[in-house]
Amino acid sequence: MTEGRAFPPCLFSFISAMDNKIRSLRMEHITKRFPGVLASDDISISVSEGEVLALVGENGAGKTTLMNILMGLYQPDEGSILINDEPVRFRGPEDAFRAGLGMVHQTYMLVPNMTVTENIALGYKKAWKHLRLDMKEVRDRVMEVSSHYGLSVNPDAYIWQLSVGEQQKVELVKTLCLGARFLILDEPTSALTPQEVDELIVLLHRMTAELSIIFISHKLQEVKALSNKVTILRHGKVVFSGNTDDFSSKEIAAKMTGHEIVLPRNPGGQDRGEAVLSIKDLTVMSDRKTVALDHLSLDVSAGEIVGLAGVSGNGQRELAEAINGLRKAESGSIMFFGDDIVNKSPHDVIAKGMGYIPEERNTEGIVPSFSIKENFVLKDISSETFSSGIFTKQKKIDESAERLVKRFDVRCPGTGTAAGSLSGGNIQKVILAREIERKPRFLVAVYPTRGLDMGAVEFIHSELLKIRESGIGILLISEELDEIMDLSDRIAVIYKGSIQRVLPKAEATAERLGILMAGVKEE
Amino acid sequence: MTRGFRIAFRVVIMALAAISAILMASIILWMIGADVSDTFYTIVFEPLTKMLHISEVLIRAIPLCIIAVGISVAYRSGIINIGAEGQMAMGLLAFTGVALAFPDVPRPLLLPLALLASMIGGGIWGFIPGILKAKLNVSELLSTVMLNYIAAQFYSLCLRTIYLDPAEQVYGTGTPQSMKLTENVWLGRITGRLHYGILLALILAVLIFILMWKTSIGFRMRASGSCARAARYGGISVGFYLAVSMAISGAFAGLAGGVELAGVHRRAIEGITNNYGFSGVVVALFGGLHPFGIIPASFLFGLLIYGSTLAPTKVGVPANIVQVMQGIIIIVIVTAQMVLSNTYFQDRVWRKYQALRKKEV
Repeated sequence: MTEGRAFPPCLFSFISAMDNKIRSLRMEHITKRFPGVLASDDISISVSEGEVLALVGENGAGKTTLMNILMGLYQPDEGSILINDEPVRFRGPEDAFRAGLGMVHQTYMLVPNMTVTENIALGYKKAWKHLRLDMKEVRDRVMEVSSHYGLSVNPDAYIWQLSVGEQQKVELVKTLCLGARFLILDEPTSALTPQEVDELIVLLHRMTAELSIIFISHKLQEVKALSNKVTILRHGKVVFSGNTDDFSSKEIAAKMTGHEIVLPRNPGGQDRGEAVLSIKDLTVMSDRKTVALDHLSLDVSAGEIVGLAGVSGNGQRELAEAINGLRKAESGSIMFFGDDIVNKSPHDVIAKGMGYIPEERNTEGIVPSFSIKENFVLKDISSETFSSGIFTKQKKIDESAERLVKRFDVRCPGTGTAAGSLSGGNIQKVILAREIERKPRFLVAVYPTRGLDMGAVEFIHSELLKIRESGIGILLISEELDEIMDLSDRIAVIYKGSIQRVLPKAEATAERLGILMAGVKEE
Repeated sequence: MTRGFRIAFRVVIMALAAISAILMASIILWMIGADVSDTFYTIVFEPLTKMLHISEVLIRAIPLCIIAVGISVAYRSGIINIGAEGQMAMGLLAFTGVALAFPDVPRPLLLPLALLASMIGGGIWGFIPGILKAKLNVSELLSTVMLNYIAAQFYSLCLRTIYLDPAEQVYGTGTPQSMKLTENVWLGRITGRLHYGILLALILAVLIFILMWKTSIGFRMRASGSCARAARYGGISVGFYLAVSMAISGAFAGLAGGVELAGVHRRAIEGITNNYGFSGVVVALFGGLHPFGIIPASFLFGLLIYGSTLAPTKVGVPANIVQVMQGIIIIVIVTAQMVLSNTYFQDRVWRKYQALRKKEV
């Protein structure tokens, strides 16, 4: 880098990046075994200059493993990696960085109480001058990269101040600052709002002028919108690869799951019964002591699904928590089958027959280190079925777990397996099984299919419709409009902590909901 | 992977760990000019040669076991109790208080009463940091350590004032200790100084196993400890179980104090706690936070503690050096356990081993 003085530093770095551009990247016959699992089975992929390859597959199909191999986090048991037709061997992520590969992980690796610049400085070795860290150099580099690629980030903002979408931009800037000339994105949209997703797609499109990208996803709209080529993995094997434009989303979905997926829809009908959950003037504070719910009122009747649409962060989380006794309400009432449950303890709310699928399945829905069978009885360990006096009935717990695992098709080595080791879809099935088995009188489902693959979505949607069929009311909170429109009888739009409007399904169109979600009042 | 390979893998790793621990300890002994093999013999095997020695090992294992079992309850419920030292001191005080106040109550009543008092004394001392954490999220590392200081000074104060042996005042010797406690609070002895507290320790370990793994209370405690958020969402009042688990943990530490008094010293003197409260944390972790792991772990630590008292007289190695060796041994064994629980590593070795075998064929 020393001879770089002849050029202005920014120019030099781009020229050097072009010098050793990655014109092609191939992974050939990659095989990787883990104890008891064949995670990658003779997989070959290839990406050429300026291409976007979508790596598609259900949860547990081996996408992330394959990318971790590419980044040198795992060593393949067999097979080779070639860059510009030269075989390379990465002993660790450092080697992969040096070769110009950069990966943005599904969960962001940023230190919350440091600024953007500081976070990037952590990995930016060029600015490490013996005992001194040249923060100005890092900051300049951040500015240069962000303006070059149109990734607007504030270099002095603290990470905790940023939204998820902004954090992702920081991750992208970080990766590019460290000299990535080839991007790997692991489910880049899984935590973004629909608007942020659109923005990201535009951004990535622009970047393909200079970079090649591999992105992992199971959201087919994005795959269609962004990629040139698609490779589909199933059970660690490539089942298909080809040009994205030659296939419809439906065809890709079918190849991904191995069978045609038709998401079930709410058949409608069924007259509305009496309101079983009736929220009046509910006001709740957020964690930051701002008003999260502002005199919110909403009714849900037995046997209907009310979809709560809205951009996330408009009070959905707080509403679900307030209903379930997990968040204190400042004022208002929540009538549940005639009883006011506002500010009751979670235990009391559960005892009244409230079912709840919480937002964070790994930290709120299950105790990760507990076995599947223990998670099944988390709420009911003291019930007569599972214990007599204070002693638990192990046999009953085992029997019930075996039955639930079969009925809900939870894929696991056994009911003694730690629930946290399961894939997202299977964890969600465990939660759903527990909540349904409890025979709730009502169900609050928050983002029930977030991050799940099509097969799991199909399963969970049809289970939710079955619950509705049996006469139980459901409050469905989701940011996927398709999900809400497929399942709901009525759709309520939440904006800044109050309900904008409640529409019957027949009157709800995506455009109309979108406008309401953006906060525009209808006449 | 074959079963034989798995067993062999374990054995080899443990053997490697043992060899490296012995090697490191030997270097230290060699550096201070001690006789390496004699020292090892004295620390590890000598205590097992005579019944007298074994009983001495066991009386050190008893308080360790009771304390560690209690600590495991708190740890499993999500709170780290490093205040057992103070809780034990409060147990000692409560036990002594009951024994001094009612010397004439018959033994079948007084002994259980005094032991119960020691549990209450320790239990209160454990409950305080528990409730502080549950209600105000005060770090237990801070509160338990501070309560240790308070308890230690309070114990010291009592020995010099209200509990002071009247005989000491008469003779004017002023040793801070209580009078010999009434025989009605003594625990019987089996052999040497070994007392029936050992049965109590074993029974308590089994009871805690049943509590934690066979009852709904233990289920809720473990859920709170594993993932407090999920437990709360599951309708479990995490704070309540946190405070209860700390009270149990404290009660066990207090009881360890009571048992130690009733079985061994039979009068309150300085230094009874003997760092058992801190060693108890290590024993609890070393025993995998499970009662049936803690029982052998407390025996091992009893052995090490007793060995360190033998070493200075038998082979002239200072007890401090023995403690250094203990530190090394513990770190090496814990490291080996982590290696053993790494299934990826095991799998890699298995494939290397298979590749080697193929080459031979």
